[in-house]
Amino acid sequence: MNRSFTRGAMSFFEMHDQEGAIRSCYADVKRWIDETGIAGLHRRLEEAEAIFRRIGITFAVYGEGGDPERLIPFDLLPRVFSRLEWERLDRGIRQRAQALNAFLFDVYHRGEILRAGLIPQDLVYQNPAFRPEMIGFDPPGRVYSHIVGIDIVRTGPTAFEVLEDNCRTPSGVSYMLENREIMTRMFPGLFAKGMVTPVDNYPALLLQTLKEVAPPACKGDPVVVLLTPGSLNSAYYEHSFLADLMGIELVEPVDLFVENDRVWMKTTAGPRAVDVIYRRIDDDYLDPLVFRPDSLLGVPGLFHAYRAGGVTLCSAPGAGIADDKAIYVYVPEMIRFYLGEEPILANIPTWQCGTETGLAHVLAHLPELVAKEVHGSGGYGMLIGPKASPEEIAAYAERIKANPGGFIAQPTLDLSTVPTLGEAGVVGRHADFRPFCLVGKQMRLVPGGLTRVALTEGSLVVNSSQGGGVKDTWVLRN
Amino acid sequence: MLSRTAENLFWMARYLERAESTARLITMGQRMAVLPGSAYRDEWRSVLRVTDSESFVQPGAPITEEDIARILLLDPENPASIQACLVRARANGRSVRIRLTQEMWEALNMSWRRFEGLSAAEACQELPALIDWVKTRASVFRGAAETGMMRHAGHAFMSIGGALERAQMTLRLLDVKYFVLLPETDVVGGGRDHYQWTSVLHALSGIRAYHHVYGGAYSPAHISDFLMVNRAFPRSVAYCVDQMRWHLERLAEEHGVHADCHETVDEIFELLLEGRDGAIFQRGLHESVQQCLKMTNQLALEIAESYHF
Repeated sequence: MNRSFTRGAMSFFEMHDQEGAIRSCYADVKRWIDETGIAGLHRRLEEAEAIFRRIGITFAVYGEGGDPERLIPFDLLPRVFSRLEWERLDRGIRQRAQALNAFLFDVYHRGEILRAGLIPQDLVYQNPAFRPEMIGFDPPGRVYSHIVGIDIVRTGPTAFEVLEDNCRTPSGVSYMLENREIMTRMFPGLFAKGMVTPVDNYPALLLQTLKEVAPPACKGDPVVVLLTPGSLNSAYYEHSFLADLMGIELVEPVDLFVENDRVWMKTTAGPRAVDVIYRRIDDDYLDPLVFRPDSLLGVPGLFHAYRAGGVTLCSAPGAGIADDKAIYVYVPEMIRFYLGEEPILANIPTWQCGTETGLAHVLAHLPELVAKEVHGSGGYGMLIGPKASPEEIAAYAERIKANPGGFIAQPTLDLSTVPTLGEAGVVGRHADFRPFCLVGKQMRLVPGGLTRVALTEGSLVVNSSQGGGVKDTWVLRN
Repeated sequence: MLSRTAENLFWMARYLERAESTARLITMGQRMAVLPGSAYRDEWRSVLRVTDSESFVQPGAPITEEDIARILLLDPENPASIQACLVRARANGRSVRIRLTQEMWEALNMSWRRFEGLSAAEACQELPALIDWVKTRASVFRGAAETGMMRHAGHAFMSIGGALERAQMTLRLLDVKYFVLLPETDVVGGGRDHYQWTSVLHALSGIRAYHHVYGGAYSPAHISDFLMVNRAFPRSVAYCVDQMRWHLERLAEEHGVHADCHETVDEIFELLLEGRDGAIFQRGLHESVQQCLKMTNQLALEIAESYHF
């Protein structure tokens, strides 16, 4: 890990090497930028935005009012990984996805890793993401998290670190596909040499993965559906997009009912059995009989049908225990414990305010740290110490003291920057990366993922809900 | 296919067709209202009446074109307004996004924001252009569906919804005429009556087609024959009923069941058949129109029931 850079201007700029020369994997991109010119790129960007708006790729932001179907900003300049870089990422991602699933099986069975004293029992059993209803149940293929989204940041030429894991229903893959699609449509010349590995087989691989985990009750070709909360959900576009590309029904809870331990969808020709549900709906809203009795959403009896082997839920209820921010700290231990391997991708050093030493360190160094709520997501409720005022820091410290177990803190990282189209030229902006690892009977990973970029200079927050943008991500063949 | 999907497709087509229908009604009201000697307010009031929008104006108050723009073009609370129809058509389409082709979705998605932030006065200024725009959007959508959409059950539900709404639009237009009508005679009466009848044909883009079928002279009997029972004119009630019968039959084959809706559509068909050769006019145009409206409403309910909406 290269920590010799100071924050800001000295962050690793992925387009250049340490001498300031263009890195070879960016040679084609650089040539294209020079040929097109900055004004030309801005013109093309407007075209791209018009296409996105017309297609209707939008992203709703919770609790911000305003336009409920805002366009997510798109940056025209691709982020590039060389083949060697990807090979390492690929191994590290698969390793992590495998360990996380092994951990899930373990905590819902014998809890060996807890007995071994590697993870505090309370952290698991007292965790709201832990679902006691899942104890002792074997999901098909022993897979809990079928789509693992791992958020990775880069801090130097060879330093990749995992920011967090997403084991429930990670979103963003539609942007990976659409960003590539729009780049191919607008700049076919860039792809003509075949140097960029395609990602468009993702939906086919996803469907294959989902079919592989069909339940015991399934006879013949599994009927797979995608369960969405509905068209008001912020990720609805992605739901419909994926269902469309897989050629499966996009259902809402009202379309389903349970009878004789099987799930049925209501069709114009009467009920039809469903085998696998790729659900893009939270555990809480799956089944009011089990999880949230006050919920009007959900399919009554769904969980019972699941445990009876009548249907498979992807991901499994309770998979969220593996991506909890308090559990994150122990993923390297999981890799050693279940796989007997050393982690290929490192974690970011993390202090847990729930421990005495952790709390003391965090309170003493808060102005230098990034503090987060353990159960928060989407970049909300976090404090970026170096960017915060003394008042904000003091207020946050009080929040931590009131509930230490609810917070973790990490050092402010020298996140790498990627080339981004600015007003007057190419600028460096901080970015992260989310690949999507598919886990069925085997593991599958398309070479690519979603690069999110903080479009404001110096900003570290890449979440699309807070003004981050997206860009195409290339993995080169050699 | 999911019942909800069928329902959304059915209503998406209905709302889009209804947006166009309201646009055509406004055109007709405009033509009628500018006639010399017209009882200006009555024409507009009758347009509001057939769109169930009378509650949006004070009883007895004069109705201006700006009122019409506000109520029938822009008001999101009025289910008959073009804006409300476009928003609902899109919302229905969005929930069944995967059943639409890319072109259909793009056509639908481009339509819904046109009227946002437009004041009634501004809308009034560009009324003809806006009306044309609505008709064009509906045509683009239909064109995309015609050449790109798979002919599965979804297409049938969409086609039925569109045909049902279009039949009702023609029926409503004839009703506007009824409300402002001078006593019905065999020959078109003085200038105003003549213009009123031809306004109906204009609004339905049927002037030329009418001449091809009946020659030069306008007669109320011919015009009502043309709009009710002619099976070749695509905006006639009979044509729309033919379409619904055909698509409902396809659904019956696919599902292996004939239901109440199939009987009702046949009854409407018979009713129109009996009304040929001016019989419908002799029987009383208003009564026939009312009966057809009632039966098509019933048909809509039965379709929903038969396919578990």
